[in-house]
Amino acid sequence: MTLVTARTGDPVVKAHNLVKLYGEHRAVDGIDFDIQPGETFAMLGPNGAGKSSTMKMISTVSPVTSGELRVLGLDPAADGRRIRARLGVVPQEDILDMALTVRENITVYARYFGLSRTEARHRADELLQFVQLADRADDQVRPLSGGMKRRLSIARSMVNNPELILLDEPTTGLDPQARHLLWERLYQLKRQGVTLLLTTHYMDEAEQLADRLVIMDRGRIVTEGTPRSLIETKCSRDVVELRFGEPALGTDDPDDGAARAETAAAHLRLRSERLPDRVLVYADDGDRALAGLAEHDVSAASTLIRRATLEDVFLTLTGRTLVE
Amino acid sequence: MLPSTASRPATAHTGQTKVPGLFVGMLRVFEHNLISYRRMWLTLASGVFEPLMYLLGMGYGMGSIIGDLSFRGDVVTYAAFIGPGLMASSAMNGTLFDTTYNFFFKLRESRQYDGMLVTPLTIGGLVGGELSWAVARGAIYSAFFVLTLIGLDLAEPLHALSAWPATLLTGWAFGAVGATLTSYARAWTDFDIMELIVQPMFLASTAFFPLTVFPEWAQSIVWATPLFHAVDLTRALALGTAGWSDLVHVAYLVVMGLVFGVLARRRLSRLLLE
Repeated sequence: MTLVTARTGDPVVKAHNLVKLYGEHRAVDGIDFDIQPGETFAMLGPNGAGKSSTMKMISTVSPVTSGELRVLGLDPAADGRRIRARLGVVPQEDILDMALTVRENITVYARYFGLSRTEARHRADELLQFVQLADRADDQVRPLSGGMKRRLSIARSMVNNPELILLDEPTTGLDPQARHLLWERLYQLKRQGVTLLLTTHYMDEAEQLADRLVIMDRGRIVTEGTPRSLIETKCSRDVVELRFGEPALGTDDPDDGAARAETAAAHLRLRSERLPDRVLVYADDGDRALAGLAEHDVSAASTLIRRATLEDVFLTLTGRTLVE
Repeated sequence: MLPSTASRPATAHTGQTKVPGLFVGMLRVFEHNLISYRRMWLTLASGVFEPLMYLLGMGYGMGSIIGDLSFRGDVVTYAAFIGPGLMASSAMNGTLFDTTYNFFFKLRESRQYDGMLVTPLTIGGLVGGELSWAVARGAIYSAFFVLTLIGLDLAEPLHALSAWPATLLTGWAFGAVGATLTSYARAWTDFDIMELIVQPMFLASTAFFPLTVFPEWAQSIVWATPLFHAVDLTRALALGTAGWSDLVHVAYLVVMGLVFGVLARRRLSRLLLE
């Protein structure tokens, strides 16, 4: 396998004060990051955070408004064609050609990268094996399931043996089984040293796959680090979730319960967050926190102690949830 | 446990050393279309038969009532008169169909162009390739027409053949316009507006009757429409009466193709590389 960037040790992607404007709208508002060879790098954030805009700039199909961007050491504005020759792109929605068979979807695209017909066919068969679609090679694309289509998109993106693969929300809309199969394939790629850049608004996906991630919100990078370090530094180890059900007639308003939980948490010097349907209390020891809350007469309809996730990090940093 | 085939295929290829250029990109887009249409030959066939039905129905049916006509001083049968006119119109329709409906589908619905542009393909290669394909499709229709004109003895074989390149020029000029207009279309219904322009233009284009039928003021309007130039040029060539003055028709269509070709490229660049 050829990893040019691995030899030089230069970052695969390097962005400095990167800005993307659509008219007045600042889709990407001055971000800095770099992606190292062989790394799986995730961009986490809600819709409209600027993830896809950043991806489009990296894949050279969207001009940079200002700031600096280098992809594989090249300038997207000047060397778009040469960059694209070495990239794999899996778009958010599968852009498959319905007039072609599964195999042809790969061979036709292989030709755009300069492969001969024989090479293209050979490569397509290899890739279809890899994404476990070999038995569907001669089928039409339309009847494939969502997960199969996404796997075909990934196979197609690999036709040029790319050094960097961009995956824009690779598992959005897939059922859990399809997601896990896809994660497993991506993990294979990662193990073999391919650099992956993925966007997602699922924290579990980032935790599963990413070596390093940035959390984006409204065009800016809110924070960056490894999934574990972010949780440890920006959040607590545990989270206590308290739900206050519908009040019975003539009894307390559930808002009173929630309010009382917030006051109690403050007394216990624990940070809390109030969501429409629950109150979150951040604590390093969930059991002790729950006991403490009980002493303060907090009685929730249901309680749950769980480990903190990236979702909690995002909520802590922005006061909003990731998937709205 | 993963199957042994699950490892990432590692066969290297030579594509990374040489990045395909503009012309190769156009060829690949052409090839892409060719493969897509392999299973849709029926769609292509319908484009051949429709104008032939017109030719037979009107040329011989109505021709038997109308009798002969005069074109540039020569007396010709009605079928021989409308044959080349229908040939030019079918070249226009062939490319227009591709550069409007098909183009719109790939641009807005399937968003296939977005997928194609994350390869080394450029906008120039994309537009050039799509237009070449559209022209080729129109050229297939008009090639059938050439054979029909010869087979029905409506034109001298060499004259009929000389009219064929004119239909390529026609296809290119109309294809470029179609692609440009399609870049402005927001929904499928926008193409109804196009039909509102194309149909009257077709009927008035002198495909069915000579320009002198129109009152003088209307003649200049018809003269200004592109299909008139395509029809008149094709007919002059097919009937062997072409002269230097027909270069006006050629110039009109060349300028139209160039101007709208550049416009189409610019528009798509704006839409797809925003």
